[in-house]
Amino acid sequence: MTIIEETSSVPTPRSGDSDTTPLLEVRDLHVEFHTRDGVAKAVNGVNYSVSSGETLAVLGESGSGKSVTAQAIMGILDMPPGSIPQGQILYRGQDMLTMSYEERRKIRGRKIAMIFQDALSSLNPVLSVGYQLGEMYRVHEGLSRKAAKAKAIELMERVNIPAAKARVNDYPHQFSGGMRQRIMIAMALALEPDLIIADEPTTALDVTVQAQVMDLLADLQREFNMGLILITHDLGVVADVADKIAVMYAGRIVETAPVHELYKRPAHPYTRGLLDSIPRLDQKGQELYAIKGLPPNLLKIPAGCAFNPRCPKAQDICRTDVPVLDPVTEQDGTELPGRGSACHFWKETIHG
Amino acid sequence: MPDVIKTKTDATTDALAPPAAGAPESAADGHKSQGKPRSLWGDAWYDLRHRPMFWISSILLLFLIVVAAFPGLFTSVDPRDGDLTNHFLTKPELGSFFQPDWFGYDGQGRSIYARVVYGTRASILVGVGVTAAVTIIGGLLGMLAGYFGGWLDSIISRITDIFFGIPFLLGAMVVLNAFTERKVYVVIFALAFLGWTSICRVMRSSVITAKQADYVTAARALGAGTKRILFRHVLPNAMAPTIVVATIALGGYISAEATLSFLGLGLADPTISWGIDIAQGSKDIRDNPHALFFPAGMLSLTVFAFIMLGDAVRDALDPKLR
Amino acid sequence: MGRYVARRLLQMIPVFIGTTLIIFLMVHILPGDPIRAMWGDKAADPAQVAALRADFGLDQPLWKQYVDYMWGLLQGDFGKTFGGREVADEMSEAFPVTLRLTMVALIIEIIIGIGLGAWAGLKAGKAVDTGVLIFTLVVISIPVFVLGYLARFVLADELGWVAPNVQDSTDYAQLFLPGFVLAMLSMAYVARLTRTTFAENLRADYMRTAMAKGLPRRRIVGVHLLRNSLIPVVTFLGTDVGGFIGGAVITEGIFNVQGVGNLLFKALQGREGSTIVGVVTVFVLIILLINLVVDLLYAVLDPRIRYA
Repeated sequence: MTIIEETSSVPTPRSGDSDTTPLLEVRDLHVEFHTRDGVAKAVNGVNYSVSSGETLAVLGESGSGKSVTAQAIMGILDMPPGSIPQGQILYRGQDMLTMSYEERRKIRGRKIAMIFQDALSSLNPVLSVGYQLGEMYRVHEGLSRKAAKAKAIELMERVNIPAAKARVNDYPHQFSGGMRQRIMIAMALALEPDLIIADEPTTALDVTVQAQVMDLLADLQREFNMGLILITHDLGVVADVADKIAVMYAGRIVETAPVHELYKRPAHPYTRGLLDSIPRLDQKGQELYAIKGLPPNLLKIPAGCAFNPRCPKAQDICRTDVPVLDPVTEQDGTELPGRGSACHFWKETIHG
Repeated sequence: MPDVIKTKTDATTDALAPPAAGAPESAADGHKSQGKPRSLWGDAWYDLRHRPMFWISSILLLFLIVVAAFPGLFTSVDPRDGDLTNHFLTKPELGSFFQPDWFGYDGQGRSIYARVVYGTRASILVGVGVTAAVTIIGGLLGMLAGYFGGWLDSIISRITDIFFGIPFLLGAMVVLNAFTERKVYVVIFALAFLGWTSICRVMRSSVITAKQADYVTAARALGAGTKRILFRHVLPNAMAPTIVVATIALGGYISAEATLSFLGLGLADPTISWGIDIAQGSKDIRDNPHALFFPAGMLSLTVFAFIMLGDAVRDALDPKLR
Repeated sequence: MGRYVARRLLQMIPVFIGTTLIIFLMVHILPGDPIRAMWGDKAADPAQVAALRADFGLDQPLWKQYVDYMWGLLQGDFGKTFGGREVADEMSEAFPVTLRLTMVALIIEIIIGIGLGAWAGLKAGKAVDTGVLIFTLVVISIPVFVLGYLARFVLADELGWVAPNVQDSTDYAQLFLPGFVLAMLSMAYVARLTRTTFAENLRADYMRTAMAKGLPRRRIVGVHLLRNSLIPVVTFLGTDVGGFIGGAVITEGIFNVQGVGNLLFKALQGREGSTIVGVVTVFVLIILLINLVVDLLYAVLDPRIRYA
C-alpha cells in the first residue's frame, strides 16, 4: 500500500482566521470492510483539509469511498465490519480517532454536523419533526422539552418551512421531499457547528428543488462562516458553491484543484472523462461520451493505478506503479497552488 | 387484524424479493454487483452451505427419516410386546447400546428404546403430512386470491379470517374429539384443517407483491399468457416466504401432534406416538423418570432439528436479516 | 378512527358467525349419543332419553339447533350442561382464574422476552446473541407439556420450592410457576422477534442520524431504536393470544389450575356440547377484540399508519 504524500494545503479563500491549523484535516486515512468475500478496501490513504468558511467538494462515483470517508470523520462507521487501520482525522489539530467515546460524541452534532442524502429514511419515522429537532438542544444544551420545541420552531422558520408553528408536531412522512431535506439541514444547523458534511444532499430531490436547497445551504454557510464538505457525484452542483474539489477513485484522491481550474484544465484522465460525459448543448447530435468499464471491485483493486483498466491513456507503468498525488505545475514549472494529480501522465493530460 | 398481518407479511416479502437495481453505496456491498451475479436461490444456497446449523439439522433429520422409514433396522424387538417382569425395569445403569434394554422398560414392561424408535414414524408423518397439505391448500388458495383478486379474493380472504379466528390447538382438540378412530391421517386432517390459513395469507401477499413487479408487467407487455406469467414469473418469486413459513411451522405441527396425543385427543393405541408414551410416563415421573425422559427427549430433538432447519432457511432466504 | 372501529366491528360479525358455526358443527356431528351415555352400561328408559333429548333441543335439525343457540347467545344464555348447570355460571367461575394466569404469563413474557431479545439484538453476531438464539431454539423445541412436567418435577417434587398444585388461584405466588411455563414458548418467540427488529433497525438510516446528532447511547437505543422496534413486537403479542389459550389448557392440566382450560378439557371428555361451544365462542370473541385493539395500538405507535 502506497502512502500518498501530503498535499500542499490550499490557501483559504475569504480567510478571516489568523489560525493556521485548518478546521478539519484528514491524513492518510484508510478504511476497510471485512466481508464474507474478503476485505474491501474502501478508503486507501485520503488526505484533505477544510477551513472555516471554505467549501470542499468531494467528487466520485458510487463506491469511490467519498461517503465512507465522511462517515469516518463523523465516527458513525459500522465497526465491525468496518475498521480504520491507519490514518488521522484532526479537528482543530486534535486527532479524533484517539479521543474517548464521550469526547467524540460531544463534537458530533455540536461542532461537526452531517446532512444525509435520503431525508425520509434518515429521519426517525415515529418521532415528530419537532421532537427530533428539539432533541439537539435537550441533549447538548440541557433545555427543557418546552424550550426545545420553541427553538425547533425557530429553526424551521430559519430554513423557510412555511407554517412552522403548525407543522412542528408533524411526522417526517407528512412533508415533501424538499421540506424534509430542509429539516435535515435545520437539524445539522441547530447548534451552529463549525463544519457541516453534506452527503449528496440534493440527489434525492427534484431538479427544481435541488437549486433551492443548495442555495439555502450556501447562504447559511456564509452566514455562520462554517466549513462545508460537499459530497456529490454531480459536477453541476459543485461548480456554483465549492471553493476546491477533490476527485476520488477507488478510495484515493486522484486529483485536487480549485473549482474553476478543474473545469478548465483537468489533470487526470478520470476527471477529464467525468467532464466529457456531461451533456453539452453545443455538442447536440453527437454521441455522449461515457467512461468505459465498471467501477473497480474494492476486494480486488487493480495493481498500479486503479483507473488503468478504464483509462484511454494507460501505459505499462500504470499497471505496475501506483501514482502518487504530485503537485501540478504550469509547463514552465510555476506552481499552481492547490493543484495535484495522481497520474503518471498528468503533464500530458493537462498540457497535451 | 387482517390489515396488520398484511403490513407485516408485505414487509417480509419486500425483503425477500430478489434484490433489484440500485446497489447501495456502501463499500461492503459495492463489489457484489460485479463478480458473478447470484440469484436469490443461488445466494441462499451459498449461504446455507456455510451454516453449521443447516448441516447439523440436515444430518439429524436424515437420520430421523431413516429411523421413521425402517425402524426394524434399529431394533429387533416389537414395541408392543410387554413383559410385566420388566415393569419399569432399568438395568443398574440403564442398558447397553442399541439393545432393547438401552433406555429401560416402561410400566407395561415394553422396551422404551423400541417404542422411541417406532414412535418416530408417527411424528415425522404428521409433521411432513400436515406441512404438505397446508402448503398445497393454503398456497393454492393464496395464489388464486392474490393473483386474480376481486370477488375471489374477497371470498377466500373471508374464509381465511374465519379459520384464523379459531385458536389452533383448541380447534384441533374439538375437531379430533369428533372422531372416534384417530389414525395418523385423521390427525393430519385435523391440523391441516385449521393450519392452512397462515400459508394462505403469506402466499397471497407475496403474490400480490410479485404481480406488481416490473418484470411481470414486462412479461405481460411481451404477450405472455396468464398461465405462463403465473407459473414462470410470479410463483418462483413469491415462493420464498411460503417456504420459510412452512419449514418453521413443521416442527410446530410435530409438537402439536404430541400435545394432542398427550391429552388423549390425538393418536391412540395401537399407534405408537411419543405423546402417548409421555402421557403414560408422566404418571409416575417421581419414581421412574426414564419412562418420560426418553420419549420427551426424542420429541424435543426432532422438533429442534426442524426448527433449526427452518431457521437456517429463513436466514438464507431473507437477506435483510444477514 | 371511529368509522374505522365501526367498520371493523361490523366485519367481525360474519367472522364470528362462521367461526361459531364451524365449532358448533364439529361438536354436534359427534357420532354416538351423549344423552344415552349418561346411563353408562345400564339400560336407559327410551321415554326418559327422548324427553331429555327434547329438553336439550337435540331432536331438532342441526341448523335449528344452531339458530336457537345463537339466539340464546344474543340474550346472554349459553345453555345448560347435561348436569343442569348454567354454562355461563361455570365460565364465570373459570374465566377469572385463567385471566390471572394469563396476566402472570404475559408479564413474564414481556419482561424476559423483550429483555433477552434486546440484549441479543444489540450484540448481534456476538456470543450473547448466539447464546440467546440457542436458548430460544431449545425452548421452542421442548413442547409445553414436557416443559411443564419437567418444571413441576424439578422445582416442586424434587426441590420443594413451590407447591405442585395451585390451591388458591388468587395467590399470584402460586400462579408464578404455571404462568412461567405458559409464557415460555411465546417468550422465546418474542425474544427472537425483538432480536431481529433490534438488529435490523440498528442498521437503519435514522440510527445513523441519531449517532451523527451526538446523542448519548442510552438515548439512541432507548428512544430511537426502541420506539421503532416495539411496533412488530406489540403486533405479535396480540396475534399470539390464540397460542396462549391453547397453552393454558395444558398448563392448567399439569398444575391443576381450575381455569377455562380445565373446564374445556373436562367438557371434551364428557361431551358437554354447550360448554365446549360456549368456551370456544368466548375465546373467539376475545381474540377478535384483542386483534382490533392491537390494530388501533399499531396506529398509535406508528404515525405512518392511518385508519380511515
